[in-house]
Amino acid sequence: MESEATKILDEVTQGDYKYGFVTEIETEFAPTGLSEDTVRYISAKKNEPEFLLQFRLKAYRHWLTMSQPEWAHLKIDPINFQDIIFYAAPKKKKELSSLDEVDPELLATFNKLGISLDEQKKLTGVASVAVDAVIDSVSVKTTFSETLSKHGIIFCSFSEAVQNHPDLVKQYMGSVVPYTDNYFAALNSAVFSDGSFCYIPKGVRCPMELSTYFRINAANTGQFERTLIVAEEGAYVSYMEGCTAPQRDENQLHAAIVEIVAMKDAEVKYSTVQNWYPGDKNGIGGIYNFVTKRGICKGSHSKISWTQVETGSAITWKYPSCILLGDNSVGEFYSVAVTNNHQQADTGTKMMHLGKNTRSTIISKGISAGKSNNSYRGLVRISKNAANSRNYSQCDSLLLGAKCGAHTYPYIQVDNRSSIVEHEATTSKISEDQLFYCQQRGISAESAIGLIVNGYAKEVLKQLPMEFAVEAQKLLSISLEGSVG
Amino acid sequence: MQPETKEILSAERFINLYEKHREFLSAQDTSHIAALRDQAMKSFTGLGFPDTSLESWRLTDLDESFNRGYDYHLKPTTGVDFHKVFRCNIPHLDTAIIGQLNGWYVSKDVPLMELGNGIIMGSLAEARKKYPHLVERYYGTMANDSADGFTALNTAFAQDGVFIYVPDNVKSPRPVQLINVIHFEENLFLQSRNLIVVGANAGLSLVHCDDSYNHQASFSNIVTEIHIGEHGVMDHYKLQNINNNSTLVSSVFFRMDASAQLASHYISLNGGLLRNNIRVHFNGPHGHAAIYGIYLMDKRQHVDNQVYVDHAFPDCSSSETFKGILDEHAHAIFNGHVLVRRDATKTDARQSNKNILMTDTARVNSKPFLEIYNDDVKCSHGSTTGQLDQESMFYLRQRGIGEETARMLLMFAFADEVVSKIAIPELRQRIEDMVKKRLQGELQICEQCVLHCNTPEHPVEFQIDLSKI
Amino acid sequence: MLLQIKNLHASINGKEILKGVDLDVREGEVHAIMGPNGTGKSTLASVIAGREVFEVTAGEILYKGKDLHKLSIEDRAREGIFLGFQYPVEIPGVSITNFMRTAVNEIRKFKGLDPLPGGDFLRLMEEKKRLVEITSNLTNRSVNEGFSGGEKKKNEIFQMAMLEPVLAILDETDSGLDIDALRIVANGVNKLRRPDNAFVVITHYQRLLDYIIPDFVHVLFEGRIVKSGGKELALELEEKGYDWIKKEQE
Repeated sequence: MESEATKILDEVTQGDYKYGFVTEIETEFAPTGLSEDTVRYISAKKNEPEFLLQFRLKAYRHWLTMSQPEWAHLKIDPINFQDIIFYAAPKKKKELSSLDEVDPELLATFNKLGISLDEQKKLTGVASVAVDAVIDSVSVKTTFSETLSKHGIIFCSFSEAVQNHPDLVKQYMGSVVPYTDNYFAALNSAVFSDGSFCYIPKGVRCPMELSTYFRINAANTGQFERTLIVAEEGAYVSYMEGCTAPQRDENQLHAAIVEIVAMKDAEVKYSTVQNWYPGDKNGIGGIYNFVTKRGICKGSHSKISWTQVETGSAITWKYPSCILLGDNSVGEFYSVAVTNNHQQADTGTKMMHLGKNTRSTIISKGISAGKSNNSYRGLVRISKNAANSRNYSQCDSLLLGAKCGAHTYPYIQVDNRSSIVEHEATTSKISEDQLFYCQQRGISAESAIGLIVNGYAKEVLKQLPMEFAVEAQKLLSISLEGSVG
Repeated sequence: MQPETKEILSAERFINLYEKHREFLSAQDTSHIAALRDQAMKSFTGLGFPDTSLESWRLTDLDESFNRGYDYHLKPTTGVDFHKVFRCNIPHLDTAIIGQLNGWYVSKDVPLMELGNGIIMGSLAEARKKYPHLVERYYGTMANDSADGFTALNTAFAQDGVFIYVPDNVKSPRPVQLINVIHFEENLFLQSRNLIVVGANAGLSLVHCDDSYNHQASFSNIVTEIHIGEHGVMDHYKLQNINNNSTLVSSVFFRMDASAQLASHYISLNGGLLRNNIRVHFNGPHGHAAIYGIYLMDKRQHVDNQVYVDHAFPDCSSSETFKGILDEHAHAIFNGHVLVRRDATKTDARQSNKNILMTDTARVNSKPFLEIYNDDVKCSHGSTTGQLDQESMFYLRQRGIGEETARMLLMFAFADEVVSKIAIPELRQRIEDMVKKRLQGELQICEQCVLHCNTPEHPVEFQIDLSKI
Repeated sequence: MLLQIKNLHASINGKEILKGVDLDVREGEVHAIMGPNGTGKSTLASVIAGREVFEVTAGEILYKGKDLHKLSIEDRAREGIFLGFQYPVEIPGVSITNFMRTAVNEIRKFKGLDPLPGGDFLRLMEEKKRLVEITSNLTNRSVNEGFSGGEKKKNEIFQMAMLEPVLAILDETDSGLDIDALRIVANGVNKLRRPDNAFVVITHYQRLLDYIIPDFVHVLFEGRIVKSGGKELALELEEKGYDWIKKEQE
């Protein structure tokens, strides 16, 4: 017997993806497939210095020796790297000098996605956000660069940073995620095309939110961007990242790297709302989102905080991590991961406590619906020297419907007696009692599920910058509520 | 047939040995069991011994143990009289005792005891001869040879061990005590195979001890299959107290029919390397399994508890409560894995692992996994590792209790959550004493004894009386 | 003089909480310490008891004329200092009986006395339980585990009765108590008053002081005792609140 709640769940968990449109723009492609020539092609396209080409080639050769990791709770169809286009860029007519010269099609695309590339156009009541807009393999526009440069802040595309600040790139690129780190990190290191670069000088508190918006547009392409954030002593920055992709029947690969370096007393807050195309109701198409994100708290009293709302992608494989090297440094990971239909997510974090008195907090909320599988996988490691360190982890799973899976794989390693590690987890569902209670108060079942899920995820959502929080709440509802919106 | 001596443990050694002695090994087999043997050997040939490249063995490296070199006997070892070395000294503990020496059943009177109430217990080898059909119905149906090299090897070479059969509707009037004694003048590799069947509505309390009587190195690969029939009740105790040169790989497979109840207690007091594979499979609804573990380790001791609970049917509940105190260079691993299958509605599964580290060289790895495919479940897990609670320390000391005593009290209280669940009062009392001694670092004085010893016990002075009044 | 606190400064994690406390307590006296939340009342109690998370940065505490600084927590307790906790910690697995027996015997050992024989100890337990009107099963349970707020506080007074301290510091023992429990707790304290012991009662409200009549009332504010007086000061505080003290300080 199918209960009322089950029926409602079925109805409301079948929402549609709103960002599935394709923009017609003239695009320049690298030849399909991957070889050393592809790597050289990309490097040449970007007019890169020799050190970067060498870095790419070393990464590529190392990648050839590796095999795809199989330990995650994921079923991944084999990826044929020779079918992928590793570089796709909207054709530029000439060098851009002002916004007026950005291809109007691109502007329209970002407007349609709700991203303003116009510095003048501020929404009332919303603080300005500097945006780096990346479409397929290249950054098309970075806003507020000039305003920020007055504070000594560098915020530009990775390609520009390579041209204008090669020393900084050389010093920090690969210092947190070496190209040998894992299969997808090696791949990215070989073929990455663009991304964002951000440098906050000593003592500077970044006056606005920085954000990168990633859009996959072209078909058969992979997106391999790379982000590097360096916060010098006492600096602060809040950084947000959003992403969408068109609706296509084949799987597209997104393998990114994010590296964060926080010096003494610096704080970096990194927020993600990940909404890549998840595939259709039958699990056809969608993005493979295989991302390596890691920050290092290099100096004492530094702090890195990851917040992620993961609703998209056919498959997510992602573990934003913190290396707590500096004494008294702090790492945080707040995550809401929603999977629906045939989506699969294996996501979590790694907290590596190396310094004394280091603290970490992990709050993970998994929500599974449809026939999806959602896994939390997290490592907390307290090394021998990390005296008086603390970790608290809470990993909750919410199951909507009887065909989904929710899994929790914590790895805890403690080598120091004065430290305390606590891990808790629960699994629950939306009960008929809760639904009935809401309905009795006049709330429709659809709204009730939205309410309950948002309430369940609140602890994480409240960590998001205001500009993102509203967006994320809507997204959660859309991912699960469909018709209700 | 000469025993193989001092050879390191390698897959090749056993593959060759099997080829050479296949006929001898299966001389008494029914065709079914002989086939099982061949199949298991095939699995073993594919799997080999596990190494650290496997996730479930990543943190337990057996190389050092393997390389020590061991004799392996295909016939019972001789020379020591079990009944001379063994003497149980738990006051008032009335048990039926089954002895095993170096993996072989030791018979005092008869190899197989058949009691008036229908209970059969004794040598598995003998039971296979006398009750082939009964044994065949259960033997090899719980252990999974295709997944684990050790289990496969055990099945391939299994000769003797213990068989206990409690027929339907019979409750064993007193606990059965199964003692594995390792005592040999050379390094010894041994394998024994136990089969325990608790019928429908039947009841059994089993105390299963692993002991060593000298400091000689040994490597035991023991597989125990336990079937609990519908509404059957089993109370199971595994006491491990072997010397620091010993390696013990113990795999226990529980199969629980509808409404069966199990309480299993793993008490690890001493051992060089202890690996407990504990697998619980619910074979019907309304079963309940509670698994408790306490491990008190020091020196370079290593304990690895792998608990896998398969909720394949609805309305079952399981709990895992594992607690450990690690001193000096000890290393403890807990890997709990609860699988809730698609149809296992109303599952209630809990996992808890708590550890106290006494030094910065002691280590803990805890992996409480949940894998859930049904939304109508109650599952939770928790894991904490740290030092003794500083709030509690302050409270105790504020009442005038000295720091050392306060530490003892809190450690004993920590262990008590598990020890207090021991249902046999005499055994509980004894284990409480053992834990106290262990915590005070005084167990070495008679470390070859859990429940019995040759030397008169040294009197142990307690600064405080830790027992409850 | 039983307790003499001179210019006591104490901090936690580098943050100064006590900023120069002076207090004299003689045998036979009852002192009440009042003051708004977060002014250092509980810190003062913890520092006297020797809690290690607090660092004494200046000043001294003399107890029976001896500097407490070098004494461990348990030695202070054995010398007769008892702290009744505001939030008594739960200690699963340690029964109250075992806990008290250990404490009583360790204190006796410190004083050079033999352990109390089991029978005598149990009789002592019974006697003291009656004093604080504890029904019999409480003592078989683990220390504070699953106790209600009132039970925890009664248990603190019971332990005080068992250990017969010279200086008892009760940290908000009245908080969260209903009127019956409050009466029982206060009765317990009053029965234990003797010419050779003293009480420091930390409280938020005047209510408790209707039952335990103080000889002196002190107001602790921003880490210092800013006002002292007789029992009428408590009534004045009850009536006017703490705002006038704050104003006086400005």
